[in-house]
Amino acid sequence: MRKVVRGFYAVAYSVKLCKPNVICAYPITPQTEISENLAEMYANGELENCKYITAESEFEAASILVGASATGARTFTATCSQGLILMSEVLINAAGMRLPIVIVNTNRALSAPLSIWNDLQDSMLLRDSGIIQIYVEDNQEVHEMIPQAYKIAESTMFPTMICMDGFKLTHAYEPIDLLDQETVDGFLPPYEPPIKLSIDEPLTFGAYAPPHCYMEFRYKMHKDMLNAKNKIEDVFKEWGEIRRDWGGLIEFKEGKTVLVSLGSLVGTMKEVAKEMGLGYLKVRTYRPFPYDEIREALKDCDNVVVFDRAVSFGYEGVLTIDIRNALYGESPNVYSFIVGLGGRDVPKEVMEDCVSKVLSGRAERYRFEGLKDFEEVTY
Amino acid sequence: MFFGKGHSACYGCPLPIAVRNVLEALDGRCFVVNPTGCLEVTSSQYGRSAWGVPYIHSTFENAPSVASGISYALEVLGRENEGYVVVFAGDGATADIGVGYLSSMLHRNDNVLYICLDNEAYQNTGNQQSSQTFLGASTTTTPAGRVIPGKTLRRKDMIAFALAHGTPYVATSSIAFPRDLRRKAKRAVEFVGSKYIHVHCPCPTGWHFDPSKTVEVARLAYETALFPIVEFEYGRLVRVKKIKRRKPVEEYLKVQGRFRHLFKHPEGGRIISELQRIANENAMRFGLD
Amino acid sequence: MRISLGAVSRPLESLNDKTGTWAVMVPRIDRERCIGCGECYMFCPDCCIEMVQEDRKRYAVVDYDYCKGCGICSEVCPANAIEMVEKVIE
Repeated sequence: MRKVVRGFYAVAYSVKLCKPNVICAYPITPQTEISENLAEMYANGELENCKYITAESEFEAASILVGASATGARTFTATCSQGLILMSEVLINAAGMRLPIVIVNTNRALSAPLSIWNDLQDSMLLRDSGIIQIYVEDNQEVHEMIPQAYKIAESTMFPTMICMDGFKLTHAYEPIDLLDQETVDGFLPPYEPPIKLSIDEPLTFGAYAPPHCYMEFRYKMHKDMLNAKNKIEDVFKEWGEIRRDWGGLIEFKEGKTVLVSLGSLVGTMKEVAKEMGLGYLKVRTYRPFPYDEIREALKDCDNVVVFDRAVSFGYEGVLTIDIRNALYGESPNVYSFIVGLGGRDVPKEVMEDCVSKVLSGRAERYRFEGLKDFEEVTY
Repeated sequence: MFFGKGHSACYGCPLPIAVRNVLEALDGRCFVVNPTGCLEVTSSQYGRSAWGVPYIHSTFENAPSVASGISYALEVLGRENEGYVVVFAGDGATADIGVGYLSSMLHRNDNVLYICLDNEAYQNTGNQQSSQTFLGASTTTTPAGRVIPGKTLRRKDMIAFALAHGTPYVATSSIAFPRDLRRKAKRAVEFVGSKYIHVHCPCPTGWHFDPSKTVEVARLAYETALFPIVEFEYGRLVRVKKIKRRKPVEEYLKVQGRFRHLFKHPEGGRIISELQRIANENAMRFGLD
Repeated sequence: MRISLGAVSRPLESLNDKTGTWAVMVPRIDRERCIGCGECYMFCPDCCIEMVQEDRKRYAVVDYDYCKGCGICSEVCPANAIEMVEKVIE
């Protein structure tokens, strides 16, 4: 069924089809309407075997899901920005406890100064948390990614976060090929937890680990996260067979100069690449990081141009750091352009300008692109 | 066995006394949620768990929310008859860092028995004050100095807090009276919705008294009316543990190292009379005499 | 060493920790005096007192493998049947 819907609905409708048992969220712009849509479905009795709760903070929302997930429930939450970092203590804990909570993050800038608009600083901050991160390009992709995220989470036992750009995707109307229940049921079996809280088998969850075993748990987590790459690829492949092939951990088109980005910026990037005859690389799975795939794809090109929407203050663009690392010892020049922070528009012209700087040898190692002239004052 | 031998709690620790009696009263049909704290670190080391019932620890502040999550999951998965969701939380987790989440759980009236094991400070990290620390107590963050006579604030009233949320069952108990605690745990689970029991747990290590005196110190807190033992159902005071011959607060204070300074500090007399006033207020408010 | 998923731990493995090694003093229960009331059982923080029924007599028995020797049982015993004595290490 093809329908013109907003990003929120594309998410909520897909979540409904995945039959979660406990949904818990706290309103925050630009996520709110995802939970509003789910609340409406709940009020209308459209969510079977499901409890919907509005928590009193994101921290609480995540905590409720820890309890529910550990008891064997399929869970969902959506958040962003200040909300994501508020729940980060719990999410990091859930990652260590290996609870397959699915999160949709509607990427939004961090305060201060306060901004409700889009960039990727929030989810990039959780890069090292043990949460699987998948970035989507448009609303069709997020709609189809949700059942896949559940399958990934439940087969790897890691919290899995889908990152979609706030406003740019959440508020956009797009024609969406809506999934049907039969397709999702055929793809996503009911959740069978390998371990759960139960009276019959009284396990201790959340034990603490002294120095004699902590490191082994963290090593296992790392190893399982690396192995998750194969599982994610399998899930993507399976989805490709029953529905639509969106590619693997990365989507790549080769060229002498290759543009790299993730999220909704990829749409513009592909357009620019096409018009200027360049290659592009879309990072779909950011953690686990597709190191080999990216290295293999980019090692023989001349220039790699990364469009970053998150900054590691005192260093450079966050994605760039990873791309540079993947290309260590190889010859391509890597250029970082930090663009679109706090909702600053990134039109084609900005990207084209970046590319021409690179091609004419005027580009620096990294650069904030699209800054206005300003005068620095104390107040 | 619901709570095992071999846990690493200090000599004379009151916490296992409370835990074991509650678990036995409920026949071990409990999903235990336990925030970070003394009980957690002494019972949940990997490979050395002392728990014979399903147990979860997540973070310091989120036990009420985790408990809510368990109760929702049991409900939607059709497992609500499997057992009770029981939180054992310290006073710091309950009244300080996690108070917002407790408020939220009580507000939704989730089907959880919340038990605060009150040892009046962060004892796990070595006796730093919490909002449950008594006025005048010397802790490592409110030390009795030449000028300041220990803690200068009074306790946060967690009973009033729980009642303010319309919680169906609210009670206090003490490890001095395990039969009272057992009865209250059983009574509590007869109520659908949130249940809050605040249990007084004197800590020999942090309060500086001999480990063999844990029960005696707990009994003195009750006998001086500094820790009243009361029971509310649907907001109505239904029962109090009357005190036969109420003792002056000094009897309670003098057996503990944390109050020793009050008997020689220039401000000590004022603090002691304020504590006596609080005890009198408790006795009057709940009709303890 | 077993490394489980999410550090989930098995129940009651604390039984491997014989905390009786902490004890300096241990309780000695006078079976004649013991009235089998179970106070010590209820108050024992180390969960190491068991009530035993033998013919018509019920009395308390201490598991010295775990008793840390806090002395609470001796304090609460209404029959004065528990004495704290120095632990003898063989």
